[in-house]
Amino acid sequence: MFAYILRSLLQGAVVLIAVAFIAFSMFRFVGDPVANMVGQEASMADREELTKHLGLDQPFPIQFLRFLGKAAQGDFGISYRQGRPVAAVMAERLPATVELAVLSAIFATVVGVALGVYAAIRRHGLVANAVMTLSLVGVSLPTFLIGIGLIYVFAVELRWLPSFGRGETVRLGGWTTGLLTKSGLQSLILPVLTLGFFQLTLIMRLVRSEMLEVMRSDFIRFARARGIPNRVIEFRHALRNTMIPVVTIAGLQLGSVIAFAIVTETVFQWPGLGALFVNAVQFADVPVMAAYLVFVAFVFVVVNLATDLAYLALDPRLRAAPTAAR
Amino acid sequence: MGSDRHKAAALAVALLAAFAIAAGPAESRTLRWARSIDTTSLDPHAANVGPNLLVVHQIYEPLIVRRFDGKMVPALAVSWALTRDPLVWEFKLRPGVTFHDGKPLTAEDVLFSLERARSTASDVKSLLSSVASVSKADDHTIRIRTVGPDPLLPNNLTDVLVMSKPWTEAHESVAIHNPASGRETHAAGHANGTGPYAVVSREPGKKTVMRLYEGYWGKGEHPLDIDEIVYLPIPDNATRITALVSGEVDFVQDVPVQDVQRLQENRALRVNVSPENRSIFLGMNVGAPDLKSSSLKGSNPFADRRVRAAIEMAIDRLQLQRNVMRGLSVPAGVIVPPFSNGYTSELDIWPPVDLAKARGLLREAGYPDGFDIALTCPNDRYVNDEGLCHGVAGMLGRIGVRTRPATQPAAQHFGQVRRAELDFYLLGWGVTTFDSEYIFSLLYHTNTGALGGWNGTGFSDRAVDDQIHTLRQEVDQARRNATIASLWRRLKEEVIYVPLHNQTIVYAMSREFDIPVDVSSQPKMKFVGARRM
Repeated sequence: MFAYILRSLLQGAVVLIAVAFIAFSMFRFVGDPVANMVGQEASMADREELTKHLGLDQPFPIQFLRFLGKAAQGDFGISYRQGRPVAAVMAERLPATVELAVLSAIFATVVGVALGVYAAIRRHGLVANAVMTLSLVGVSLPTFLIGIGLIYVFAVELRWLPSFGRGETVRLGGWTTGLLTKSGLQSLILPVLTLGFFQLTLIMRLVRSEMLEVMRSDFIRFARARGIPNRVIEFRHALRNTMIPVVTIAGLQLGSVIAFAIVTETVFQWPGLGALFVNAVQFADVPVMAAYLVFVAFVFVVVNLATDLAYLALDPRLRAAPTAAR
Repeated sequence: MGSDRHKAAALAVALLAAFAIAAGPAESRTLRWARSIDTTSLDPHAANVGPNLLVVHQIYEPLIVRRFDGKMVPALAVSWALTRDPLVWEFKLRPGVTFHDGKPLTAEDVLFSLERARSTASDVKSLLSSVASVSKADDHTIRIRTVGPDPLLPNNLTDVLVMSKPWTEAHESVAIHNPASGRETHAAGHANGTGPYAVVSREPGKKTVMRLYEGYWGKGEHPLDIDEIVYLPIPDNATRITALVSGEVDFVQDVPVQDVQRLQENRALRVNVSPENRSIFLGMNVGAPDLKSSSLKGSNPFADRRVRAAIEMAIDRLQLQRNVMRGLSVPAGVIVPPFSNGYTSELDIWPPVDLAKARGLLREAGYPDGFDIALTCPNDRYVNDEGLCHGVAGMLGRIGVRTRPATQPAAQHFGQVRRAELDFYLLGWGVTTFDSEYIFSLLYHTNTGALGGWNGTGFSDRAVDDQIHTLRQEVDQARRNATIASLWRRLKEEVIYVPLHNQTIVYAMSREFDIPVDVSSQPKMKFVGARRM
């Protein structure tokens, strides 16, 4: 068990270093950050001095090693654009992204499971078929289009909900939350719908097919033969067995929701990490880009590790294997 | 108990009434202002770039400020003049000015700020490169001594903002906030200026709130019709425009060309369009022995004036204006915009489009079959810069100059222009001093690093350089203008750059506001007049 965790952690570290390396080598093509940092009257000598000061004149391997060394100590350098520590800038943006991602995941899971179960039970019903058809739209429409569509209807035409930003936020220690104010909650609705829509349709289709599969299995047939009421079969026996793969997928999806909220955050000017990254790309703000990509890799590593551990807890065969080998 | 409640109610009504009267005539007005980018800092000397100056200009003030039309008017200085010594300028400071913390403005503050702005870590130091020393004559007079005579010193002071010495020192912000310094200072996120608006709160990249400063000296002198500014950076074009259409912001400063017509048709909105103090043009590498992007080896066609003239003749400016710029540009024949000193309508002419004649010129120059070349343009800096690149390429193809358009982000483009690595490129130039000297010194002077830093053409002419040096030291206005005119005549003849147009700026806003277009796109909200419904 311990060896298993250690191995997973080591693999995670390798992934992080690999991501940092790839990211870092790409940044040499995004342009000269110094060009954005000084006015047009600044002389070439001034620019060179700044380049030197930032260590950008150093050869690539040295820059990379220096970055790794500092990152290991939690120091991701100074944002070229804001002139503030990257760690502080990211910490400031993290709550917005986490709130958006977690709410989207909850929305996608709850509604997705409910609709999936419904579509499985009433598989020939009119409503179930309509929902299934609609879910195809969710799978195939790009996120930004859904976002723009929602903005057009609810912000421009109806004017019920704000089209951008996070509304008023409340500060709780080092965390800011939009969950405690009216404008904060209103601002969450459209981005959560947009970000959660794809996951929702995915979970719904998964639940439906898993459930149909389970409903065909022997133990359900025996249960029916014993005269157990349909409700009990569907919700107590079938749904439970359906949930195992669904939980895995939903867990993994949370990682990608946090990581790839970029599009939704851009469309809604949501002040989270994704929007920060897009801005950083525009201004060749290398430290922020590097830290963000490492952060995303970190989220995936953690989520994968958690999934591995969950398997370990759920599946006795995985636990037994090392013992048998010994 | 009952009577107490009545009393309380009566008091509440009375209070409300008093409040209503007090608030009655001057109803509070908030301007929610959206722009594509945020300032990187509130430190006024941190970066000499548009998005920064735009915000800090609402909070801090210079000695002399530019109005919406670019004209210089007194701010913290009430008057200024060259003394009998042509190296010394004298500025009389405005009495009765206070900072947002209530402390009065003194000559010490101005000296402190000028020294801070001149220091190595300052990005505005290039504006003060001619300054030798700064001194105080009395509590309300300061003197600036320059290295050589500098006729443009007042022009360069319009973006040098004044901070409070005691405040800056007390908050350990004497060192300038700068990404290279690696330390965030208090002044990066807080401010204490003399300007019309004081900072209430700031969240970088999200929102900056500023409120009208009660003790502002300019009350009664300037309209000051906006009580509160909520500055909202919204990078995404569609989101920014949608926020305006849905009524969530009042003023959008960066309007994409394709949205202009739609916004003009919207009755709830007002769209103001006006030329900017910025020319857009093509640069040709006349200095290189060989063009890297051409299959033609061993000769540089751009070195021949006839080829450059042929290229100018093949470009249909009116068609670019109509089809690429959708009418939002003013075609130009010279790379100095009408707002800047040195512009004349005689300069602003261009040869009629004549393809046969252009082909003839190419033949004369020894390129009967034309040649191939890459035209490199930025794709995120100027209005429709990418479209211009493609439009020009198509037009040049008609005379046999087979042009491949190549586009890249400005962050890369500018570095390549400055290192003279490009054969043929698109560039825009805003004239921050509103004087031709700025164009000559940076775009035409031989690239020596200090001067000619943006001359990516390899053009180098001793006589032109000498004239530019004379111009930079000449304080006699008439002689100065004569030199400018003679330089323009010569340079227009050379066709080192092909002027395309002057860019126009589009502001879109709610009908309740009427914010005129600022020629440098640096609107100072204190100048915005009463509402016109």
